[in-house]
Amino acid sequence: MADVVVERGRVARATGARKGKSLRNALGRKSTVAFFLTLPLILLIALLVLYPAFYSVHLATLNKAMTKFVGLGNFTFLFKRETFWMVVQQSCIFAITAVIFKAMIGFVVAHFVHNIPAKGQRKWRGMLLVPWVIPPAMSTLAWLWLFDPSYSAFNYTLSFFGVGPIPWLGETFWARFSVILVNVWYGAPFFMIMYLAALKSVPDQLYEAAAIDGANWWQRIWYVTLPMMRNIIAITTLFSLIVTFANFDIVRILTSGGPLDTTHLFATWAFQVGIQSSDIPLGACVSLFMVPILAVAAIFILRDVTKRGNEA
Amino acid sequence: MSTVAIDKAGPSRKVKYGSMSRDRAWALRWSYFFLVLFAIFFLTPPVYMLITSLKSSAEISAATNPWWVFHPTLSNYVELLSSNQFLRFFWNSSIVSIVVVIITMVISIPAAFALARMKFWGSATLATGVFLTYLIPDSLLFIPLFKMLGVVQDYTGITLLNRWYVLLFIYPTLTVPFCTWIMIGYFASVPKELDEAALIDGASWLQTLTRIFIPVALPGLIAATIFAFTVSWAQFLYPLVFTTSVDQLVLPVGITTTLIKGDVFNWGQIMTGALLGAAPPLIIYAFLMDYYIAGLTAGATKG
Repeated sequence: MADVVVERGRVARATGARKGKSLRNALGRKSTVAFFLTLPLILLIALLVLYPAFYSVHLATLNKAMTKFVGLGNFTFLFKRETFWMVVQQSCIFAITAVIFKAMIGFVVAHFVHNIPAKGQRKWRGMLLVPWVIPPAMSTLAWLWLFDPSYSAFNYTLSFFGVGPIPWLGETFWARFSVILVNVWYGAPFFMIMYLAALKSVPDQLYEAAAIDGANWWQRIWYVTLPMMRNIIAITTLFSLIVTFANFDIVRILTSGGPLDTTHLFATWAFQVGIQSSDIPLGACVSLFMVPILAVAAIFILRDVTKRGNEA
Repeated sequence: MSTVAIDKAGPSRKVKYGSMSRDRAWALRWSYFFLVLFAIFFLTPPVYMLITSLKSSAEISAATNPWWVFHPTLSNYVELLSSNQFLRFFWNSSIVSIVVVIITMVISIPAAFALARMKFWGSATLATGVFLTYLIPDSLLFIPLFKMLGVVQDYTGITLLNRWYVLLFIYPTLTVPFCTWIMIGYFASVPKELDEAALIDGASWLQTLTRIFIPVALPGLIAATIFAFTVSWAQFLYPLVFTTSVDQLVLPVGITTTLIKGDVFNWGQIMTGALLGAAPPLIIYAFLMDYYIAGLTAGATKG
């Protein structure tokens, strides 16, 4: 009975509401209701996300006192600064290295968790996700203390192996290594959880078939697991690329960009230039340089997500 | 003849089984070995927080083994929990997070319902737009938002900068898009028959939402709530930019800016503060782990 009624409504709608006034009213009411239900969301996005995004472009074309339009003056100024190119380089090194390591560690750990009996998996999964649950600002403080120049617990431990005190945050190479290490520590559990969910969704029959065909474990991973997980790997990696590229907390707390601005990312440098040195237009300009890579990643994510939606 | 064949097949298969299970046993042992290694890597910082928080300043500056507490003391906890300043941070953080969760739910549940069930002009585009908004990071928006707040403050005379309540308007930009997105997924998985039956029985749209969709999609609702809470609790950049006075700070900013006094690091207190700041999300996670993980994976697996 229900089907019939609904079916009739659909047919009538498709043929252009010949049914008359009551139906048109209902339709009108429905879209009005829908409009009011989504209105707060639309307002929020328009006022506090889209407007600031465009406002940022406007700000980037003003002079420091924000009184005069200077066109692309801020951009050409940035291109001439050595620090800017260092930030570009460091942002790319940071994001790409961190995402690769997060993806690899996440993949390996997910496999180990998947390997052990189902009974214990919950416990291990719960333990291994802890870094992702702690607010990054809090856990980075713990890392800062572990890296402390005079009381570093790492250096204390390493001294037993005869490895001299490492200037974790004092030298360019080690400072870059440290911020990446902390980011990998924070982000790898997220990959682990996503991959674990994907691993669980691969049907056992596929592995059985592969085993009957005589596939070894490497072939099983390469020909069964990876193709089945491709979509989730792509979405997770792209998503993490965005988040890592836009990272602020870890670098800000660990090094504040030092030594000599060598660990600055776009976000932390924009903060230093725009808020701390109150050159808002230049800061807006710096943060806008994140847009191209974010846009590319977003387009690919969207493609994968909609593809997934169509498959389901 | 046939019995002989079976006999022959028997032992050879048994041997094969034996070697396979031996392989599995070794794989299991290696899995546990590496899991322990990774667990040590993942749990070192939080455990070290706990160790340091139980030490007195004298013990921290003494050159003893940093991985062990020789004279455990709760003085850091007592000191922090009796300091008005720290309690103020905690209070600010709690009120901001709780109100943001409520605002987020009020905005995203009706919107997700409309986007999942009422096909209207532009609904598909809007759903995609919501997802794209989720991908816009805070570090792209903090400078224009800072300037906007300044401009609005000048026009209206309402103090917005350096006030904790401004975070109530800003945080939803981070929580609403994702919550709406996963709620769309959960609402879309509610069987159509349920709400059709309700509509036929004469239920209004609002009644369908409150009587059918919210109860059926409750797990999704819990996951979204947890997400909104943890994001608001952990947010660091916006409060760092928008608030500066000590009595307006939320926990993450408060700990990093006030407990670090010049070059003097009181590490015992910093670690205690960080641990107490990490406690609410950890407690929620400990009790609602499955919902937490469902919310985490929903972004990519649903939709």
